[in-house]
Amino acid sequence: MMHLIVAPILLPAIIAALGVLRISRATQLGRYLSVAAMVAQVGIAVALFLTASDGTIRVYEMGDWRAPFGIVLVLDRLSAMMVLLTSLLAAAALAHGVATSLDRRGWHFHPLFQFQLLGLNGAFLTGDLFNLFVFFEVLLIASYGLLLHGQGAARLQAGVQYVIVNLVGSTVFLVAVGILYGVTGTLNMADMAVRIAAAPAGDQALIRVGAQVLMAVFALKAALLPLHLWLPRAYSNTSGAVAALFAILTKVGVYSILRVTTLVFGADAGAVAWAPASWMLPLALLSLAAGFIGVLAARRLRVLAAFGVIGSTGTLLAAVALFDRDAIAAALYYLPHSTLAGAILFLVADLVGRARGDLDDRLHPGRTFARRAQLSLLFLLSAIALAGLPPLSGFIGKLLILSTASASPAAPWIWGAILVTTFLAMIGLARAGSVVFWKVSAAEVRPPPRRWTTGPAWAIFALLAMLTIFAGPATDYAAAAAGQLFAPDGYIDAVLGERRGDI
Amino acid sequence: MSIEFLLASAIAVLTAAGIYLVLRAQTFSVVLGLAMLSYAINAFLFAMGRLKVDLPPIYETGAEYTDPLPQALVLTAIVIAFGMTALVVVLALRTYLETGSEHVDGTPEVEDTHPDRGGGA
Repeated sequence: MMHLIVAPILLPAIIAALGVLRISRATQLGRYLSVAAMVAQVGIAVALFLTASDGTIRVYEMGDWRAPFGIVLVLDRLSAMMVLLTSLLAAAALAHGVATSLDRRGWHFHPLFQFQLLGLNGAFLTGDLFNLFVFFEVLLIASYGLLLHGQGAARLQAGVQYVIVNLVGSTVFLVAVGILYGVTGTLNMADMAVRIAAAPAGDQALIRVGAQVLMAVFALKAALLPLHLWLPRAYSNTSGAVAALFAILTKVGVYSILRVTTLVFGADAGAVAWAPASWMLPLALLSLAAGFIGVLAARRLRVLAAFGVIGSTGTLLAAVALFDRDAIAAALYYLPHSTLAGAILFLVADLVGRARGDLDDRLHPGRTFARRAQLSLLFLLSAIALAGLPPLSGFIGKLLILSTASASPAAPWIWGAILVTTFLAMIGLARAGSVVFWKVSAAEVRPPPRRWTTGPAWAIFALLAMLTIFAGPATDYAAAAAGQLFAPDGYIDAVLGERRGDI
Repeated sequence: MSIEFLLASAIAVLTAAGIYLVLRAQTFSVVLGLAMLSYAINAFLFAMGRLKVDLPPIYETGAEYTDPLPQALVLTAIVIAFGMTALVVVLALRTYLETGSEHVDGTPEVEDTHPDRGGGA
């Protein structure tokens, strides 16, 4: 057993506990601890990524309890990629939070941030359905705290809605887990896959209900239309660093759809095979449209970024919904891009809002402000990334999705939706940029912003650039990860080994 | 009346009441609704281990037993639901004190027509 697999879960748990101590709050200690832990987590994630890229699926049995009785953590290419993406994005978000002194605006920013990472890493690594629910709860509870960090009436109102929607979501998640446990008698995803493949015909109806309810919950997390209404208000009213980190929360939903569908409700699952495929594509295309129409209609930069997240997650889900190996490989290349593009836009919106003083991030002509040239360049780059124009990775990702979708009978719809919404995104982003950066009067906004605050946004841009430059290796990795997803026997063998079928 | 019917109808009534209350506009009703829903789910999870009376939760070869796992799941779900209810109550109170509105949308009694507020959200 490789103990490093549990490190992305243990390290944030320990650091978060230390961060709550009074000494960490009263001095700079909490900040140093959090930053040091973040650096360590990036290191761990890189090590796990390199380990997983040899194609072996590694299993960590918690407390040495054998699967399917104990809880297992599973490291394959997809989960390693997600953990790496989380830690890189979180490092940039944390740096932004520290550089803008967001962490001093309340007591528990750092512990909440670490708990958020604990939940995210756990959700990506776990191989147990109820454990997935628990990690969802951990990341949601931390996200409630982070969302409200810094407070303010607008944030509180958005927070109440966000919490209520997600609590209902958690309840429905439990219904799905309950049904699936009642029918299969297991919670281990690999074991569940074996049992569903062998389920008698009389159980199919219940399994189907469980599968669809579960997918509905994941769709809520992924902000798939019509379950996307909670997102714009929550994301646009929270602080920039937190919103940037939240760009990965919708991807947790996408990841869960991918993982559970390919593993448990895959080709072998009989009547429930590819359970969400029947409804996901039209909804993904609609949320793609709703997202980018929202970008066009937004009157604040943060709202624009929030709708951008919905739109790009819609693009991602349109590719996922085909449940075809090549399309999912394309989606897995687009996934990190979509996360980073959403995050950089939130960071830029936050920087612009800070620089413009009272006008904040509203799309109104105002006075000129400090670092306008640099910020406008950053905005241009993040707009290119979000819209998916050349030369950045979004273009490659969309191209891959379009070319793999061309074999599908729904190809005209997918092509039409993606191309039209790219055009809408361009118009919306160009209009926003010209209002904010060009229609300015000569008088400058007084307080100059702090130095170094643009660093994290540039760092995310550097990641996007890397994703573009190393598109070859990245697409190879995505194809290999998709290959692993479409060979669930490897995963099941790794988890259950010789115990498969005789329990 | 069988225990199955009693439990099923209890879950149904709790869920129905929960859904009705969650869809109301006042945060207080919504909190009550969430509590009802979580009770319904707890009973539901419990029933997923099958209803058995007077049996030990210990596996013995050949002997009848009741499944202990759903009980562990329910315990976890209770703890999480309890914590969340506390959080949502505090949050609702704080929002009420800051905005003077008990509406879930936070809309004040008068219509807010200012063009700069809210944006497209």
